[in-house]
Amino acid sequence: MSRGQLLLEIRGLDVTFDGFRAIQALDLDVLEGELRFLIGPNGAGKTTLIDAITGLVKPVAGTVNFATRNLLQRRDFEIVRLGVGRTFQKANVFEELTVIENLDLAACFRRSLPTLFRRRKDVLPEVLEALDTVGLASYGNRPAGVLSHGQKQWLEIGMLLVQDPMLLLLDEPVAGMSKAERTKTGELLQLIAETRTLMVIEHDMDFVRRFASRVTVLHEGRILCEGGVADVQSNPMVQEVYLGRAHDRRAHEDAAVGGA
Amino acid sequence: MTALAVPKLGTLTPWKRRGIFLAIGLVLVVVAPAMLSGFRLALLGKYLCFAIIAIGIDLAWGYGGMLTIGHGLFFGMGGYCMGMLLKLQEAGPGKLPDFMVWSGVEKLPALWKPFGSPVFALSAAILVPMAVAAALGALIFRRRVRGAYLAILSQALAAAFAILLIGQQGVTGGTNGLTNVTTFMGYDLNDPVNQRSVYLLIAVCLGIMYLLARQIVESRYGRVLMAVRDREDRVRFLGYNPTTVKVIAFAISAGMAGLAGALFVPVVGIISPALVGIVPSIEMVIWVALGGRGTLVGAVLGALVVNYAKTTLSEAYPAGWLYLQGLLFVVVMAFAPKGVAGIAKVLKERFGGRKVPPQPVSHQPAEAAEPAT
Ligand SMILES: Nc1ncnc2c1ncn2[C@@H]1O[C@H](COP(=O)(O)OP(=O)(O)OP(=O)(O)O)[C@@H](O)[C@H]1O
Ligand SMILES: [Mg+2]
Repeated sequence: MSRGQLLLEIRGLDVTFDGFRAIQALDLDVLEGELRFLIGPNGAGKTTLIDAITGLVKPVAGTVNFATRNLLQRRDFEIVRLGVGRTFQKANVFEELTVIENLDLAACFRRSLPTLFRRRKDVLPEVLEALDTVGLASYGNRPAGVLSHGQKQWLEIGMLLVQDPMLLLLDEPVAGMSKAERTKTGELLQLIAETRTLMVIEHDMDFVRRFASRVTVLHEGRILCEGGVADVQSNPMVQEVYLGRAHDRRAHEDAAVGGA
Repeated sequence: MTALAVPKLGTLTPWKRRGIFLAIGLVLVVVAPAMLSGFRLALLGKYLCFAIIAIGIDLAWGYGGMLTIGHGLFFGMGGYCMGMLLKLQEAGPGKLPDFMVWSGVEKLPALWKPFGSPVFALSAAILVPMAVAAALGALIFRRRVRGAYLAILSQALAAAFAILLIGQQGVTGGTNGLTNVTTFMGYDLNDPVNQRSVYLLIAVCLGIMYLLARQIVESRYGRVLMAVRDREDRVRFLGYNPTTVKVIAFAISAGMAGLAGALFVPVVGIISPALVGIVPSIEMVIWVALGGRGTLVGAVLGALVVNYAKTTLSEAYPAGWLYLQGLLFVVVMAFAPKGVAGIAKVLKERFGGRKVPPQPVSHQPAEAAEPAT
């Protein structure tokens, strides 16, 4: 498949929780090679959208086509095997295992059964490569529990990379990171986007401005607008949504459309 | 806190570990047969069979988080497969086993026919439990209902199996089961030399099962199994099907119980419904709980010590044992959920052995630039 081709095609997606419509008749296209950002206020349905794509919640209507396969018929682990990887809002690594063991765990599902029943003697090449890519090479034999918050998020991304997915869905990977860590993460995402497709949920507009190629704004389960960073920021509806909320949600001032 | 990392035997190097394994092996294979009377050796052989069950249960429960209260079922299947073979061998070609003659059966039941073949009977003793366990596991683990479901269903199956056995007097020997097994593969089991050979066979099987289990829990699959135990939902998003992962361990576990059942018959000379129902199934779990689930050595020791205590104490106070066992179980589960092996580990970490040098921890504090959302 070549860059610029349609990779993920969502049509008429509806997700409800006890009658509450978290995603409403949503259409979304993601092209091969994109570094797409998904923004929107709290409760907009961003995480729910990723949950629906990856089989964690079952939509009531709609289609999700990934490289022409309908994902909605499939179970969560099958979707991973097809090449859709995700991270969670909270870092979710195995803290008692070392960094290498975490990566190895993520790398092995594509391997044959005999490999699985052998002891791990050496480090798989894809594990070494991921270790390098996410900048944790010197932490390979440390338990993941001693990593800093930011490093754990990088390990999560590394665990995705060894799964060799075509599409990576990242749920707020830089939340809680320091400025320097954010920059590093942004560069990492751009590097990954050279060979894969990413959709990243993010609140921090500063970060979005620096690294996004295309932005989708979600609000109350619908797409409010979509386009380049500048277009989105100057869109009056987007400003309304964010500024309107900023009054009653001071905690999120810096997450709102930064300074727009 | 989860303990996903493979429990290490303290700070033992692989060579020390091999040494200990060999030393225990020597005691069981050379010293015990030389020192113990035939009666005591047979008892020890029985305990070793139980230790094989314990290893299997530990694999399923300790490492896979699947609490099964129905391993009596798998043990019984293995036992009856072997029992049928031995009763047929004893009766001789074309003849009926003694209990069938007594209960007026005139033709060998169809179920029994293939069990005249040692290869068939021995394979069935292991493969039938594995197949039943795999089917049960595939049914249960697919749903995301956890824990209690398997415990209850496996227990019900063990009970149903015991009832079925009792009901089929002519085929299974009913309440008495298959008794008076006096030969094994044509050898007279009253001969001390043959008794010793059977004991040695059991000891070797235990050793092999231990090594097999060790290999499994230390393999990549073992890691995945423990990961499923601790964080099933996370493992799904690593691309593993938790159902498959669990079914494999559960089936292996059942196969071990089947093997133990098959070995039990020649050493004890009987297999009966009383040995396969709910009560024995619960006892099997208690061995592992007391010894320490999640450590293979703990499971083996649990089976040996509890059964030794049971024999000794119930000789002296027949009624007391049941209460004592229950009390022990409650105390251990309440105060030392990892069993005796867990206590030993804690003591060792606190008081003895080499201290593990503290890991240089690099804490770049995560300056929270914004509240977590
Ligand atoms: N399992 C669930 N049951 C009921 N309601 C849910 C569930 N998951 C999400 N919701 C609701 O759906 C809406 C969308 O939630 P979602 O987590 O997708 O928002 P989000 O855009 O990711 O927000 P945030 O920025 O806070 O992470 C919210 O109103 C939320 O309360
Ligand atoms: Mg969210």
